[in-house]
Amino acid sequence: MSAVLLIAEFDTSGLKNATRQSVRAAQSWNLPVDVLVLGPANAAVLEQAQKLAGVRRVLHANAAHLAHPSAEDAAKLLQSLAADYSVVMAPHTSQGKNILPRFAALQDVGMVSEALEINAPNSYVRPIYAGNLLATVDNKPGLQVLTVRASRWKAVETDGNAEVAQIAAPAADSRVRWISVDHAGGERPELSSARVVVSGGRSLGSAEKFEATLGPLATQLGAALGATRAAVDAGYAPNDIQVGQTGTIVAPELYIAMGVSGAIQHLAGIKDSRVIVAVNIDPDAMIFQVADYGLVADLFDVAPELTAALQK
Amino acid sequence: MKVLVALKRVVDYNVRVRPKADGSGVETAGVKMSVNPFDENAIEEALRLKEAGKATEIVAVSLGNAGAQEGLRHALAMGVDRVIHGEAGDDLDSLAVAKLLKAVVAAEQPQLVLLGKQAIDDDAGQTAQMLAALLDWPQAVAVSKLTVEGNAATVVREIDGGTETLNIDLPAVISADLRLNDPRFVKLPNLMMAKKKPIGAIDLSAVAAAPSLKTLKVAEPPPRKAGVKVNSVAELVDKLKNEAGVL
Ligand SMILES: Cc1cc2nc3c(=O)[nH]c(=O)nc-3n(C[C@H](O)[C@H](O)[C@H](O)COP(=O)(O)OP(=O)(O)OC[C@H]3O[C@@H](n4cnc5c(N)ncnc54)[C@H](O)[C@@H]3O)c2cc1C
Ligand SMILES: Nc1ncnc2c1ncn2[C@@H]1O[C@H](COP(=O)(O)O)[C@@H](O)[C@H]1O
Repeated sequence: MSAVLLIAEFDTSGLKNATRQSVRAAQSWNLPVDVLVLGPANAAVLEQAQKLAGVRRVLHANAAHLAHPSAEDAAKLLQSLAADYSVVMAPHTSQGKNILPRFAALQDVGMVSEALEINAPNSYVRPIYAGNLLATVDNKPGLQVLTVRASRWKAVETDGNAEVAQIAAPAADSRVRWISVDHAGGERPELSSARVVVSGGRSLGSAEKFEATLGPLATQLGAALGATRAAVDAGYAPNDIQVGQTGTIVAPELYIAMGVSGAIQHLAGIKDSRVIVAVNIDPDAMIFQVADYGLVADLFDVAPELTAALQK
Repeated sequence: MKVLVALKRVVDYNVRVRPKADGSGVETAGVKMSVNPFDENAIEEALRLKEAGKATEIVAVSLGNAGAQEGLRHALAMGVDRVIHGEAGDDLDSLAVAKLLKAVVAAEQPQLVLLGKQAIDDDAGQTAQMLAALLDWPQAVAVSKLTVEGNAATVVREIDGGTETLNIDLPAVISADLRLNDPRFVKLPNLMMAKKKPIGAIDLSAVAAAPSLKTLKVAEPPPRKAGVKVNSVAELVDKLKNEAGVL
């Protein structure tokens, strides 16, 4: 029987919201939806996956070598499951981007990256030119392979009761050796999936001031920190938090731009945010053209004041 | 070690692109074109491998119409040894490109293929992974640091929220992130010299590579509606709480 297979995203703190949102996207085909959990996952992850409303089955490939799944191993595993599915998908994350094109090529089918809309069975709307344009694309009928921008869909409820099936994984590809992972962000949520992003530009002036000015605000909001390329190039912020065309594209509920001019390459990365707030001393800054709420003021005054106001 | 670099000529990143009047595609007539920025990183990395004595020959390939040759001239001016143009249609998707590149790999027998992590026109980010699958080679995607030692490569790749370090056997397919390096500027005399160098050709007409994806329509996204200016932090907090409902 034909069904949809969705690769779950999770970490030690549990199932990611992107997974819950992607389940909703997976329901576009009106087919049963199975969720694939790659590698050893703690009981909480499996429990949360089971509770995803509308999910038929949770497939758990509990092999040690899938703890940090290589594209080689994951694509081979997907290949072993492919006969039962007419859609294989994942959120558009570094994991999905790594694995799914490899799998699609093994199946000799085209793939759709970062679908924003799904018109089942095989038509999609997706961003091109860094989101400056939207393309409507048809994939060939047959097996559909895609990643989705998860934030476009509302997370499903958590009152489901799917069964868990343990599945076997093919042996590890010995040509690829995982060494380490380095999470720069520390305690803060991940930029690409954060609900709130506080972002700063060149005007922050130094790495110390960047952290001292925006850090407390981000912490107060449970937000991820972002930066413009100018701030990154100046060494005020680490390069993995650059937002924009050549950095991370974000679509949070709330994006707060502090001392950001609003260059087109930056705007390309934020314009799908639900609410944009801009603080800038220049009333004519481009950023105000896309901001829902603009405040013409000095960010060094606003940041502490806003942090304090939110504490109340 | 022979290195093959795949590059695509795309609309320059500073150009504000617009849909064609009939919405059938992107207006590219009279628009400035350049080598895809990530592919420049791939070329630069290949040059550095050669300068470090790790690579012996660097071959660059580009698939597409005659315009692709301009991108190849840029690669020559940067310093690659040899370039190959594969004549192909403009409607290629990543799988089709990967199939054509596989044929180029078969002809050239490189130990390392370097690509960009994504083409900034279609933003697919698929070709490297697909080529690796078709070749049954290991892959490393969005690489920001590359070290080649003997028959293996250690790579640092950019992942959501940080980096991941892998060690992979060669031959392999690697795609370049912007952080990999700062591509050198092309000097005018080098560009003049590159104009005189030959551009090789490869006949790929026998390779079955019909695209799977078809673009039906291209449109501008709906613009964000104009917002309001607030006068104080207190007003901002009030709006965020009571109007936008995001706090
Ligand atoms: C190929 C390419 C790709 C690029 N990709 C990206 C990308 O992905 N992301 C990105 O961000 N950029 C990108 N850029 C760079 C982009 O063009 C801009 O240069 C950059 O976004 C500007 O950053 P900024 O707003 O921090 O700096 P500026 O443009 O210098 O703006 C600083 C702003 O801060 C304001 N300001 C100064 N002091 C204060 C204060 N005390 N309080 C409040 N406001 C203050 C000023 O009024 C000004 O508006 C790219 C460029 C190229 C060529
Ligand atoms: N027509 C092409 N010719 C040569 N290389 C290409 C072509 N299209 C894509 N590539 C390579 O594949 C990478 C990723 O492209 P894409 O999968 O389209 O995002 C690019 O950065 C190039 O290195």
